[in-house]
Amino acid sequence: MKQQTDFSSLAKSSGEWLRGTGPESDIVISSRIRLARNLADFPFIRRCSDEDRDSIERTVRARMEAMEDWKDIRYIDIEELSEVDRQFLVERQLISREIADADGSRAVAVDPGEQYSVMVNEEDHLRIQVMQSGLDLQAAWATIDSLDDRLEGAILYAFHEKYGYLTACPTNVGTGLRVSVMLHLPALVITRQIDKVFRSMQRINVTVRGLYGEGSQYSGDFYQVSNQVTLGHSEQALLSLVGDEVVPQIIQYERKARAFLVEQNQQDLHDDVSRALGILHTAKKISSEETMHYLSKVRMGVNLGLIDDVQVATINKLFIHTQPAHLQKLHGRVLGSSDRNVQRASYLQRHLHGELGDGELN
Amino acid sequence: MKCQYCEKPATFHITELTEPAGPKVMHLCEEHARNFLQKEASSPVASVAGALAKQLQLGQTKQELAELDQKECPVCGISFFEFRNTGRLGCPYDYSFFEEDLVPLLTNIHDATEHVGKRPRRLAASADSQARMIQLRREMEEAVELEDYERASEIRDELKRMEKELSQPEAKSEDTSDQHNRSKQADRPEGEDRS
Repeated sequence: MKQQTDFSSLAKSSGEWLRGTGPESDIVISSRIRLARNLADFPFIRRCSDEDRDSIERTVRARMEAMEDWKDIRYIDIEELSEVDRQFLVERQLISREIADADGSRAVAVDPGEQYSVMVNEEDHLRIQVMQSGLDLQAAWATIDSLDDRLEGAILYAFHEKYGYLTACPTNVGTGLRVSVMLHLPALVITRQIDKVFRSMQRINVTVRGLYGEGSQYSGDFYQVSNQVTLGHSEQALLSLVGDEVVPQIIQYERKARAFLVEQNQQDLHDDVSRALGILHTAKKISSEETMHYLSKVRMGVNLGLIDDVQVATINKLFIHTQPAHLQKLHGRVLGSSDRNVQRASYLQRHLHGELGDGELN
Repeated sequence: MKCQYCEKPATFHITELTEPAGPKVMHLCEEHARNFLQKEASSPVASVAGALAKQLQLGQTKQELAELDQKECPVCGISFFEFRNTGRLGCPYDYSFFEEDLVPLLTNIHDATEHVGKRPRRLAASADSQARMIQLRREMEEAVELEDYERASEIRDELKRMEKELSQPEAKSEDTSDQHNRSKQADRPEGEDRS
């Protein structure tokens, strides 16, 4: 039950990457880098026997625990966790949905600041990831590169002279590196320029994924930009493609669109974001998608100076803390969907009201 | 509107903007949207299937593909058919065993066939050593199954010996086909990007 207690305390805090600071943090929520690595002396996961998976998990765990500076790392056996705890780690972005749903031996090692995590027995034997608030790929790379070096000192990686780090799927082979930058782009959505911006980027080896909320174009505000290829380009070249070429261009478009909205449409915009904040302040029950929709508007309002008594870090945290497993962990019990809607509304109000004075969440 | 995958109402409307045929809109319930969004950016099966389809157009006949489908890796036993249906390979040796079939695929996916960038500092095991270690591990599991613990412990020692040998950063090996000293990041030349 130790993990249960630990998770409850984890639920009240937030990862470093949600602190709402760092370069371009009005638009860039987070930067994530992950590396896919495999052990040289085991088949890839798909062809592993149960014994192989156990053996990989034990080997990796023992070698990580023997590493210097490893004593603060929390090593979590995913197989032993309840469904809610697994979902909690997914919401937290510490593990993937795939590893949460898989069977057999699997684990994750997490540092205390939740800046990085190492998944064991995901699609590849190791998936190392680093999260960073704002757009700071070089800092994220420095962390993951050093972590990878340390792991490589303890674990024999599957590596091919010509094809690089060998991965279960050929779409990851070579560097095994995926850079993903999460952007908040409400103004490009409102001004209906978003498709045009992304269509112009299709040629340049990046993947863009968007999330649209219910009913209207208005709420599709979060987009993730990632590199598409992993072979034939150095890690620095891939970081530069996403972090120096593509993302700054999108940021520039979003800023222009925001400036345009403020200039042309300030009353309507102010009304819209104030109503969103009003609903979050007063609703007695609210779904997670509705919450996301209104938090997104409030976030833009804060960044445009239309709302001055809420902090971006608070909104970032609320995006995560109002998700189903987080609410349940914060409550310490399993909640049905309609109970969650009531608790979510109450949670939002406590935190939005509570912080009006000093801007603190917890 | 109902979710594309179940009877629940579709409350998330997700647009994939990277489809070659233009944006593709999906209507999903909260749960399916969450699952969809938490998956990797591009589905490996779709990428592999797409690249293989291109390969077919570029010269391989259906009959050639049918023959290729039968091919099985001697180390992990995966067939090319299984690989192209799942998008996942079975072991590191597949990159050598299926090499001539994978190279056009890598070209289609990455527009490149050679790794540029970081390398492990110590020796990487050659494809043959990796295959040997995986086979030994299988034999060890079989020996345990047959309660032949003497044989199992011999194999364990052999595996340990091999790993130790491969852990020497400057060690020389008889099998030098793909074993070289590794250079650190700082030693790598700038401007490696060939795009």
